[in-house]
Amino acid sequence: MTTCRVTSLTIFAKQRGRAGPPTVLFEDTSSGAPAMRTPGYNMAGPANEMQGDPAGNNLFTDPMANAAMMYGSSLANTGKDMVNKEFSRFVSVNKLKYFFAVDTRYVLKKLMILLFPYTHQDWEVRYHRDTPLTPRQDVNAPDLYIPTMAFITYILLTGMALGIQQRFSPEVLGLCASTALVWIIIEVLVMLLSLYLLTVHSDLSTFDLIAYSGYKYVGMIFTVLCGLLFGSDGYYVALAWSSCALMFFIVRSLKMKILPSISHDTMGTGPSNKPQFRLYITVATAVFQPIIIYWLTSHLVR
Amino acid sequence: MAFTLYSLIQTLILCVNAIAVLHEERFLSKMGWGVDHGVGGFGDDPGVKAQILNLIRSVRTIMRVPLIIVNSGCIVLLLLFG
Repeated sequence: MTTCRVTSLTIFAKQRGRAGPPTVLFEDTSSGAPAMRTPGYNMAGPANEMQGDPAGNNLFTDPMANAAMMYGSSLANTGKDMVNKEFSRFVSVNKLKYFFAVDTRYVLKKLMILLFPYTHQDWEVRYHRDTPLTPRQDVNAPDLYIPTMAFITYILLTGMALGIQQRFSPEVLGLCASTALVWIIIEVLVMLLSLYLLTVHSDLSTFDLIAYSGYKYVGMIFTVLCGLLFGSDGYYVALAWSSCALMFFIVRSLKMKILPSISHDTMGTGPSNKPQFRLYITVATAVFQPIIIYWLTSHLVR
Repeated sequence: MAFTLYSLIQTLILCVNAIAVLHEERFLSKMGWGVDHGVGGFGDDPGVKAQILNLIRSVRTIMRVPLIIVNSGCIVLLLLFG
């Protein structure tokens, strides 16, 4: 909203500059002073000031500009409040803050787990009196910081890889960004739909799903880097490695969240093949990751 | 496949339109997918079919008016800008 204020200021300054060659609007009664063509903040001010205000800020001595600026800033404030209110109605900001409460130690450990999950022992998300712990305290908690940063890094890497191949143009960057974003949205929607249809009462919120979908970008970055450094062979090796690591990570993480809710269904009225469906969801999600990684990165490494 | 956000919006609008035009009496009941077929299971876990029927019915109910607005807007925009 400070940009609003700045633009309103510059608009008023320009208008004053245009009225500079004197006295289209105001009488210039300053003695002998020729029309000084300095744009902006100048001499029409003292000409029509009612109070005896010396120097000071010439912009504020013009009552019309002053009133208009105050109106503009109050308008900007109401606009800002309205935007905040509407935004917080769709996205609860507290829940979002939980996902960004990370620190360096967590990020390093999580990156290590994403690329080498085989030695990690305890995959359970720890709770503290029914609320999940923040990522700062629990390394298994999903966060949104790593996926966001990885997404942006992936877009920059794509630009660099295309530049190396002399195929770069600025539109390609936007296209790649929106393609990757659309794939995330599709994957999250399909996951939500399948979780709803199979009445899986898990505590996976939408943000958790976005987080888990975004973790594949770390694998993608690693793959593209290896492909750029070591050529086509390095690309395929890194692809295989990060695919296996990511599949393992996804299966172990989602297993904890989706499958244990079976224990709450003591009625047993559902069809007996329920647990299989949940396993299918988990495995399908895991298998989808390498496909997407290959799809989104293969054109970068020839 | 290069997706833009615009193609995503188009896809979503088309899919929601497709779900919303499934008529209750003329089509769904004939296929055994009517409202009365959906609420069969008791207990805390309705089956997949009941969930799908619930989804179709709720999409039809909720999205009817917004869809009218969005479709009209799309028609006007496509007429004007091709």
